[in-house]
Amino acid sequence: MTVSRRFFIQSIATATGGMLLGFHLPLLASARPFQTSEFDAAELNAWILIGADNVITIRVAKSEMGQGVMTALPMIVADELEVDWSLVKVEYADVQEHFQRGKIYQSMKSSGSNGIVRSRPYLQQAGAEAREKLIKAAAETWLVNSDECYADFGKVYHRPSRRSLAYGELAAKAANISVASVEIKKPRDFTMIGLSTPRVDTPAKVDGSAIFGMDVRVDGMVYAAVKHCPVLGGKLRGYRFNAVRSMPGVIAAVRLDNGVAIVADTFWHATQAVEKLPVQWDIGDENKTYSEKFRNEYLAALATPGKVVEAGKGTEAALETAEAILESDYLVPYLAHACMEPMNCTAHVTKDKVEIWAGVQDPEGVVEVAANFTGKPAESIQMHNCYLGGGFGRRSSTDYIKEALTIATDVGLPVQMIWSREDDMRSGQYRPMAALRFKSGVDMDKNVVAFTNHAVSHSIIQDRDGDVPGGIDNSSLMGLIDMPYDFSPRELTATIKNTHVPTWWWRSVSHSQNIFARECFIDELATATKMDPFSFRRKYLAHRPDMLDVLDKLEQVSGWKRRNGGLAKGLAIHESAGTIIAQVAEVSVTDKGTAKVHRIVTVVDCGNLINPNIAKSQIESGVVFGLSAAMYGKITIEQGKVLETNFDTYRVMEMADTPVMETHFHLSSDEKWGGLGEQGVPGVAPAVVNALFNITRRRIRSLPISDYYLSRGR
Amino acid sequence: MLKLKINDNVVELDVDPATPLLWTLRDNLNLTGTKYGCGIGQCGACTVHLNGHAVKSCMTTVAEAEGFDVVTIEGLSSNADHPVQKAWIEGDVPQCGYCQSGQIMAAAALLQRTTSPSDEQIDTAMTNICRCGTYPGIRAAIKKAATSRNR
Repeated sequence: MTVSRRFFIQSIATATGGMLLGFHLPLLASARPFQTSEFDAAELNAWILIGADNVITIRVAKSEMGQGVMTALPMIVADELEVDWSLVKVEYADVQEHFQRGKIYQSMKSSGSNGIVRSRPYLQQAGAEAREKLIKAAAETWLVNSDECYADFGKVYHRPSRRSLAYGELAAKAANISVASVEIKKPRDFTMIGLSTPRVDTPAKVDGSAIFGMDVRVDGMVYAAVKHCPVLGGKLRGYRFNAVRSMPGVIAAVRLDNGVAIVADTFWHATQAVEKLPVQWDIGDENKTYSEKFRNEYLAALATPGKVVEAGKGTEAALETAEAILESDYLVPYLAHACMEPMNCTAHVTKDKVEIWAGVQDPEGVVEVAANFTGKPAESIQMHNCYLGGGFGRRSSTDYIKEALTIATDVGLPVQMIWSREDDMRSGQYRPMAALRFKSGVDMDKNVVAFTNHAVSHSIIQDRDGDVPGGIDNSSLMGLIDMPYDFSPRELTATIKNTHVPTWWWRSVSHSQNIFARECFIDELATATKMDPFSFRRKYLAHRPDMLDVLDKLEQVSGWKRRNGGLAKGLAIHESAGTIIAQVAEVSVTDKGTAKVHRIVTVVDCGNLINPNIAKSQIESGVVFGLSAAMYGKITIEQGKVLETNFDTYRVMEMADTPVMETHFHLSSDEKWGGLGEQGVPGVAPAVVNALFNITRRRIRSLPISDYYLSRGR
Repeated sequence: MLKLKINDNVVELDVDPATPLLWTLRDNLNLTGTKYGCGIGQCGACTVHLNGHAVKSCMTTVAEAEGFDVVTIEGLSSNADHPVQKAWIEGDVPQCGYCQSGQIMAAAALLQRTTSPSDEQIDTAMTNICRCGTYPGIRAAIKKAATSRNR
């Protein structure tokens, strides 16, 4: 650390520079997601606290990043608990407590659309267990048999005598009662699950009081702005702090691995100084790379033999005897997450304590990183999770957390490090680029007799762990490994091809690239065999009645066969996190040669719905996210740097671009609990591209669509 | 000393006049409801009102804001009961919520001038970015707020 001399004479208290005259500050504390109960509440189990005032606090051990966990997960608990929802308060589970109590909240990570999929069983169990404790407490109070008692709407009733006691009256006693494992409800008995209960986070998000990571204010806090090496993989050689040390508010400069931070009294002062800070970088060969070079290398790798994932015995022979062969290569670029809230983290690291404030998808992982970094036990680290201004996978990474810890350790003050949008866009971790080759043989009767697929992809696991056992990264083969179409024989090979561009999970992970390529190629096969896209898919999904159901429903609600002026339709279907989702896009081509998406019709089978309104929002959120990527999304590498810097060059969907969305839930079975956070994303690109083919008669095999000039084909 | 009128309060500030209003609101005045999203006037997360007009506070200096009535999301209404906020709550519009202060401020300014905006007018006025894709909810809430105001 290099410290500004003025720092020693400058009191942090005056560093905010503002004088408040009769000014009313918003009551930030009231809107904190991590608020604690003000009353003396009894803990019935780690998830549930009940106060004498009948207020029930339900803890949420996942991160609220818009997907609605703060509402949906407590609804699961509340359903079993038989409560009056108007008396329910929701708070984040404490991460420190999680570690201190032996990971009592199971997993606190929010990723992979698994919030409900994975935590639903133990949340139901927690609600049921607390309910039984309350019933037992009432029975003991009345000296009756607990079989004669039941719970309903926040009270326990004694059936024969019609007596009742409110949960608040029983909680203290119930907290000391233990019950054996309790049977959970059958879906037909649900009372809360399935209702479109208003989101608990909405009020704080319409009056500005919701606290996101960047809104955290800690006494004596200073701010850090960062300059990263523009060439990805480049390191910091040196910087000349003297050039900026006398700028207003500047406190210190801190060396980072691939950059440097300036600490100042306000973020604006930090930003001003970091921009002017002269910096030298150590760059190896990374500055010789270009997107075009990557593209050529990936396409060349398609022709080399990959690692065998599915052997596909007999594909070679079948291809030789096939009547016709269809082969296509698909290519997708790196993508940014571009969360609305740029990466940021507030940290205070001293000899005695480590405290972190940030909105993260993996608070548990953050604590582990901080424990490693500081050498302190995980149980001693305080991590305050906040609302997340978008996650999309980006906030499950801890790269920026480590930077904030480095800065905070150096300055010894509470520091809020904020990445500028440009830092966020250019020093990010990106959705991998990938190239996919499909080759298929068709016989005289237009049957698919062989199907081969080679996936060349940047491996996130290799970036993260430095090595991939067996040389096959299954996380980059989603939607290919679990291919639903009954093609036989079928071969799948894979090649890992990493560049110096850092990668990370992006909403829907590799489904985002693989479903695009797969569902476009399926359409190519349908065209080649002169079959309707629905009929072709049905033929090879005959063994999947649940997928056929979704297709039937979609064909009907989308008006597939109905003509609509110059508009054309396209289809895609896939399954992930236990959810089947099929989409029809309705598109046109403008006079300017661009695509216009008019309507996206979606049919979803996720088994059960916790909160239909939130479920619909999640699907449509995924659709818009998928459309941004399909239409405009690309990270361009030039001389090893990311060319896109901000929303002016990394375009995303706006209101005016957003199509009409019609979302239908077509639920096959209440045995199934599928995810919804990512499922809207992958099918959008292929549905749109397949629809465009019906206008242009030209196949688009790389994204984004905005790279193409479109014209009506003959 | 700069004098700003923010949410009906007069504040004196000892800051560089070239400081963007956004950072003064957030870092000097602790009004964190106004968000930083891009810093170049593209995303609208920092939208506030200057004399009732929607402006991007990341592109407005404190000096430029002097003499205007500045209203932030915290000052839009006393109880989150502005018709736009009520429509937002009724429609459960926000997801992650980060862009919503800006969306609400842009919508409120739109309705001030255009009491019953058409879809095209909404498209033109509402260029704020939302990565969660809450656009259909925003459009519906604007129409609902317009109806409730016009009644």
